[in-house]
Amino acid sequence: MMMQNIEIKEESDIVVSRRMVREIAQEMGFGIVDQTKLATATSELARNIYRYAQTGVVVVEKETDPDGIRILFEDKGPGIEDTEQAMEEGFSTTPGSLGLGLIGAKRLVDEMTIDSTVGVGTTVMIFKHLP
Amino acid sequence: MNRIPILKLHNILLISIQTDLHDVIIQALQEDILTEISRTGAKGALIDISALDIVDSFMARTLRDCGMMASMLGAKVVITGIQPAVAITLVDLGLDLSGITTACDIDTGFEYLHKEAGIPDFK
Repeated sequence: MMMQNIEIKEESDIVVSRRMVREIAQEMGFGIVDQTKLATATSELARNIYRYAQTGVVVVEKETDPDGIRILFEDKGPGIEDTEQAMEEGFSTTPGSLGLGLIGAKRLVDEMTIDSTVGVGTTVMIFKHLP
Repeated sequence: MNRIPILKLHNILLISIQTDLHDVIIQALQEDILTEISRTGAKGALIDISALDIVDSFMARTLRDCGMMASMLGAKVVITGIQPAVAITLVDLGLDLSGITTACDIDTGFEYLHKEAGIPDFK
Protein backbone atom coordinates (compact mmCIF):
# COMPACT_ATOMS: atom_id res chain seq x y z
CA MET A 1 0.00 0.00 0.00
CA MET A 2 1.39 3.36 -1.00
CA MET A 3 0.75 6.45 1.09
CA GLN A 4 1.20 10.13 0.58
CA ASN A 5 0.71 12.87 3.17
CA ILE A 6 -0.12 16.48 2.50
CA GLU A 7 -0.15 18.89 5.39
CA ILE A 8 -2.82 21.57 5.46
CA LYS A 9 -1.38 24.68 7.05
CA GLU A 10 -2.41 27.52 4.81
CA GLU A 11 -5.13 28.20 2.28
CA SER A 12 -2.93 27.36 -0.71
CA ASP A 13 -2.53 23.82 0.66
CA ILE A 14 -6.16 23.21 -0.39
CA VAL A 15 -4.97 23.61 -3.98
CA VAL A 16 -1.85 21.50 -3.35
CA SER A 17 -3.92 18.65 -1.89
CA ARG A 18 -6.46 18.52 -4.70
CA ARG A 19 -3.71 18.61 -7.34
CA MET A 20 -1.89 15.77 -5.60
CA VAL A 21 -5.07 13.68 -5.39
CA ARG A 22 -5.79 14.25 -9.08
CA GLU A 23 -2.25 13.20 -10.00
CA ILE A 24 -2.42 10.02 -7.93
CA ALA A 25 -5.92 9.19 -9.25
CA GLN A 26 -4.67 9.67 -12.80
CA GLU A 27 -1.65 7.42 -12.21
CA MET A 28 -3.95 4.77 -10.75
CA GLY A 29 -6.05 4.76 -13.92
CA PHE A 30 -9.14 6.69 -12.84
CA GLY A 31 -10.90 8.41 -15.76
CA ILE A 32 -11.16 12.18 -16.11
CA VAL A 33 -14.62 12.40 -14.48
CA ASP A 34 -13.56 10.36 -11.44
CA GLN A 35 -10.33 12.36 -11.18
CA THR A 36 -12.39 15.54 -11.15
CA LYS A 37 -14.81 14.15 -8.55
CA LEU A 38 -11.96 13.04 -6.28
CA ALA A 39 -10.14 16.37 -6.64
CA THR A 40 -13.37 18.26 -5.91
CA ALA A 41 -14.21 16.15 -2.85
CA THR A 42 -10.64 16.73 -1.64
CA SER A 43 -11.01 20.46 -2.14
CA GLU A 44 -14.23 20.52 -0.09
CA LEU A 45 -12.81 18.44 2.78
CA ALA A 46 -9.39 20.10 2.85
CA ARG A 47 -11.16 23.46 3.00
CA ASN A 48 -13.15 22.19 6.00
CA ILE A 49 -9.85 21.40 7.76
CA TYR A 50 -8.48 24.85 6.97
CA ARG A 51 -11.70 26.62 7.90
CA TYR A 52 -12.57 24.82 11.11
CA ALA A 53 -9.30 23.37 12.44
CA GLN A 54 -6.75 25.62 10.66
CA THR A 55 -4.30 22.74 10.35
CA GLY A 56 -4.46 19.04 9.62
CA VAL A 57 -3.27 16.40 7.23
CA VAL A 58 -4.61 14.73 4.09
CA VAL A 59 -3.46 11.11 3.72
CA VAL A 60 -3.86 9.46 0.33
CA GLU A 61 -3.67 5.66 0.18
CA LYS A 62 -3.75 3.34 -2.81
CA GLU A 63 -5.70 0.25 -1.86
CA THR A 64 -5.42 -3.07 -3.63
CA ASP A 65 -8.16 -5.18 -2.05
CA PRO A 66 -10.48 -3.92 -3.40
CA ASP A 67 -8.69 -1.64 -5.85
CA GLY A 68 -9.34 1.97 -5.07
CA ILE A 69 -8.22 5.19 -3.50
CA ARG A 70 -8.72 6.00 0.16
CA ILE A 71 -8.25 9.54 1.41
CA LEU A 72 -8.22 10.56 5.06
CA PHE A 73 -8.71 14.13 6.26
CA GLU A 74 -7.44 14.38 9.82
CA ASP A 75 -7.46 17.35 12.13
CA LYS A 76 -7.25 18.14 15.82
CA GLY A 77 -9.83 20.88 15.52
CA PRO A 78 -12.99 21.58 17.53
CA GLY A 79 -14.76 18.44 16.29
CA ILE A 80 -18.33 18.10 15.04
CA GLU A 81 -21.05 18.01 17.69
CA ASP A 82 -23.64 16.21 15.62
CA THR A 83 -22.19 14.40 12.60
CA GLU A 84 -25.67 13.48 11.33
CA GLN A 85 -26.73 17.11 11.34
CA ALA A 86 -23.44 18.09 9.68
CA MET A 87 -24.30 15.72 6.84
CA GLU A 88 -27.65 17.42 6.18
CA GLU A 89 -27.95 19.41 3.02
CA GLY A 90 -27.67 23.13 3.63
CA PHE A 91 -26.35 22.75 7.17
CA SER A 92 -23.37 24.94 7.92
CA THR A 93 -21.98 26.90 10.81
CA THR A 94 -20.40 29.33 8.35
CA PRO A 95 -22.62 32.25 7.30
CA GLY A 96 -23.11 32.41 3.53
CA SER A 97 -21.86 28.88 3.00
CA LEU A 98 -23.97 26.56 0.86
CA GLY A 99 -23.50 23.82 3.45
CA LEU A 100 -22.51 21.41 0.73
CA GLY A 101 -18.98 20.54 1.86
CA LEU A 102 -19.63 17.23 3.61
CA ILE A 103 -22.79 16.08 1.86
CA GLY A 104 -21.42 17.21 -1.50
CA ALA A 105 -18.16 15.33 -0.99
CA LYS A 106 -20.11 12.20 -0.06
CA ARG A 107 -22.03 12.34 -3.34
CA LEU A 108 -18.76 12.32 -5.30
CA VAL A 109 -17.32 9.13 -3.81
CA ASP A 110 -18.40 5.52 -3.09
CA GLU A 111 -17.94 5.60 0.67
CA MET A 112 -17.55 8.26 3.29
CA THR A 113 -17.29 8.05 7.07
CA ILE A 114 -16.88 10.75 9.70
CA ASP A 115 -15.26 10.09 13.04
CA SER A 116 -15.37 13.12 15.28
CA THR A 117 -15.03 13.93 18.95
CA VAL A 118 -15.71 17.41 20.26
CA GLY A 119 -12.51 18.97 21.56
CA VAL A 120 -10.36 16.18 20.10
CA GLY A 121 -10.67 16.34 16.34
CA THR A 122 -12.21 14.95 13.20
CA THR A 123 -11.25 12.30 10.68
CA VAL A 124 -13.20 12.08 7.45
CA MET A 125 -12.51 9.06 5.23
CA ILE A 126 -13.53 8.79 1.60
CA PHE A 127 -13.07 5.81 -0.72
CA LYS A 128 -13.60 5.38 -4.42
CA HIS A 129 -13.35 2.07 -6.26
CA LEU A 130 -11.18 1.83 -9.32
CA PRO A 131 -13.61 0.94 -12.11
CA MET B 1 -1.01 37.52 -4.59
CA ASN B 2 -1.74 36.97 -8.27
CA ARG B 3 -4.68 38.90 -9.64
CA ILE B 4 -6.61 37.81 -12.68
CA PRO B 5 -6.53 40.45 -15.43
CA ILE B 6 -9.79 42.02 -16.59
CA LEU B 7 -9.90 43.28 -20.17
CA LYS B 8 -12.55 45.58 -21.59
CA LEU B 9 -13.81 45.21 -25.14
CA HIS B 10 -16.34 47.93 -25.97
CA ASN B 11 -18.87 47.57 -23.16
CA ILE B 12 -18.02 44.03 -22.14
CA LEU B 13 -15.47 42.86 -19.59
CA LEU B 14 -13.43 39.83 -20.58
CA ILE B 15 -11.94 37.54 -17.98
CA SER B 16 -10.07 34.36 -18.74
CA ILE B 17 -9.13 32.29 -15.71
CA GLN B 18 -5.91 30.48 -16.54
CA THR B 19 -4.68 29.70 -13.06
CA ASP B 20 -5.75 27.21 -10.42
CA LEU B 21 -8.09 29.23 -8.23
CA HIS B 22 -7.09 29.81 -4.64
CA ASP B 23 -9.95 31.07 -2.49
CA VAL B 24 -8.39 34.50 -2.06
CA ILE B 25 -7.79 34.89 -5.82
CA ILE B 26 -11.41 34.26 -6.76
CA GLN B 27 -12.63 36.52 -3.97
CA ALA B 28 -10.36 39.28 -5.25
CA LEU B 29 -11.60 38.62 -8.79
CA GLN B 30 -15.21 39.03 -7.71
CA GLU B 31 -14.40 42.38 -6.15
CA ASP B 32 -12.32 43.50 -9.16
CA ILE B 33 -15.12 42.63 -11.62
CA LEU B 34 -17.68 44.62 -9.65
CA THR B 35 -15.31 47.57 -9.31
CA GLU B 36 -14.61 47.51 -13.05
CA ILE B 37 -18.33 47.32 -13.92
CA SER B 38 -18.98 50.31 -11.71
CA ARG B 39 -15.94 52.24 -12.99
CA THR B 40 -16.42 51.60 -16.73
CA GLY B 41 -20.18 51.21 -16.97
CA ALA B 42 -19.69 47.87 -18.71
CA LYS B 43 -23.01 46.16 -19.47
CA GLY B 44 -21.71 42.63 -19.46
CA ALA B 45 -18.89 40.40 -18.29
CA LEU B 46 -17.74 37.16 -19.86
CA ILE B 47 -15.77 34.82 -17.62
CA ASP B 48 -14.08 31.96 -19.45
CA ILE B 49 -13.21 29.00 -17.23
CA SER B 50 -12.26 26.49 -19.95
CA ALA B 51 -8.79 26.13 -18.40
CA LEU B 52 -10.22 25.13 -15.00
CA ASP B 53 -10.18 21.39 -14.33
CA ILE B 54 -11.94 21.82 -11.00
CA VAL B 55 -14.75 24.01 -9.69
CA ASP B 56 -15.73 23.24 -6.12
CA SER B 57 -18.72 24.56 -4.16
CA PHE B 58 -16.84 27.62 -2.89
CA MET B 59 -15.70 28.64 -6.37
CA ALA B 60 -19.14 27.98 -7.87
CA ARG B 61 -20.82 30.01 -5.15
CA THR B 62 -18.44 32.91 -5.64
CA LEU B 63 -19.08 32.89 -9.41
CA ARG B 64 -22.85 32.72 -8.84
CA ASP B 65 -22.75 35.56 -6.31
CA CYS B 66 -20.65 37.59 -8.73
CA GLY B 67 -23.40 37.25 -11.35
CA MET B 68 -26.07 38.33 -8.86
CA MET B 69 -24.05 41.30 -7.66
CA ALA B 70 -23.23 42.36 -11.21
CA SER B 71 -26.91 42.35 -12.11
CA MET B 72 -27.51 44.82 -9.27
CA LEU B 73 -25.03 47.07 -11.05
CA GLY B 74 -26.89 46.61 -14.32
CA ALA B 75 -24.51 44.14 -15.97
CA LYS B 76 -25.00 40.57 -17.13
CA VAL B 77 -22.42 37.89 -16.41
CA VAL B 78 -21.94 34.80 -18.55
CA ILE B 79 -19.63 31.92 -17.66
CA THR B 80 -18.18 30.08 -20.64
CA GLY B 81 -16.26 26.90 -21.32
CA ILE B 82 -17.17 24.66 -18.38
CA GLN B 83 -15.40 21.33 -18.98
CA PRO B 84 -17.71 18.27 -19.22
CA ALA B 85 -16.12 16.56 -16.18
CA VAL B 86 -16.58 19.78 -14.17
CA ALA B 87 -20.26 20.01 -15.17
CA ILE B 88 -20.86 16.37 -14.16
CA THR B 89 -19.13 16.96 -10.82
CA LEU B 90 -21.03 20.19 -10.08
CA VAL B 91 -24.39 18.49 -10.67
CA ASP B 92 -23.39 15.48 -8.53
CA LEU B 93 -22.24 17.86 -5.82
CA GLY B 94 -25.84 19.11 -5.69
CA LEU B 95 -25.15 22.75 -6.37
CA ASP B 96 -28.03 24.98 -7.36
CA LEU B 97 -26.53 27.06 -10.10
CA SER B 98 -29.82 28.28 -11.53
CA GLY B 99 -28.67 31.87 -11.04
CA ILE B 100 -25.69 31.41 -13.36
CA THR B 101 -25.84 31.99 -17.09
CA THR B 102 -23.47 29.71 -18.99
CA ALA B 103 -22.45 29.19 -22.59
CA CYS B 104 -20.33 26.46 -24.12
CA ASP B 105 -17.72 28.79 -25.59
CA ILE B 106 -16.72 32.44 -25.87
CA ASP B 107 -18.51 32.91 -29.23
CA THR B 108 -21.81 31.69 -27.80
CA GLY B 109 -21.23 33.74 -24.67
CA PHE B 110 -20.83 36.89 -26.73
CA GLU B 111 -23.93 36.01 -28.72
CA TYR B 112 -25.88 35.71 -25.46
CA LEU B 113 -24.65 39.05 -24.17
CA HIS B 114 -25.51 40.63 -27.52
CA LYS B 115 -28.95 39.07 -28.05
CA GLU B 116 -30.37 38.18 -24.66
CA ALA B 117 -28.79 40.89 -22.59
CA GLY B 118 -29.37 43.54 -25.25
CA ILE B 119 -25.76 44.59 -25.42
CA PRO B 120 -25.07 46.29 -28.78
CA ASP B 121 -23.12 44.25 -31.29
CA PHE B 122 -19.71 45.70 -32.00
CA LYS B 123 -18.77 43.44 -34.91
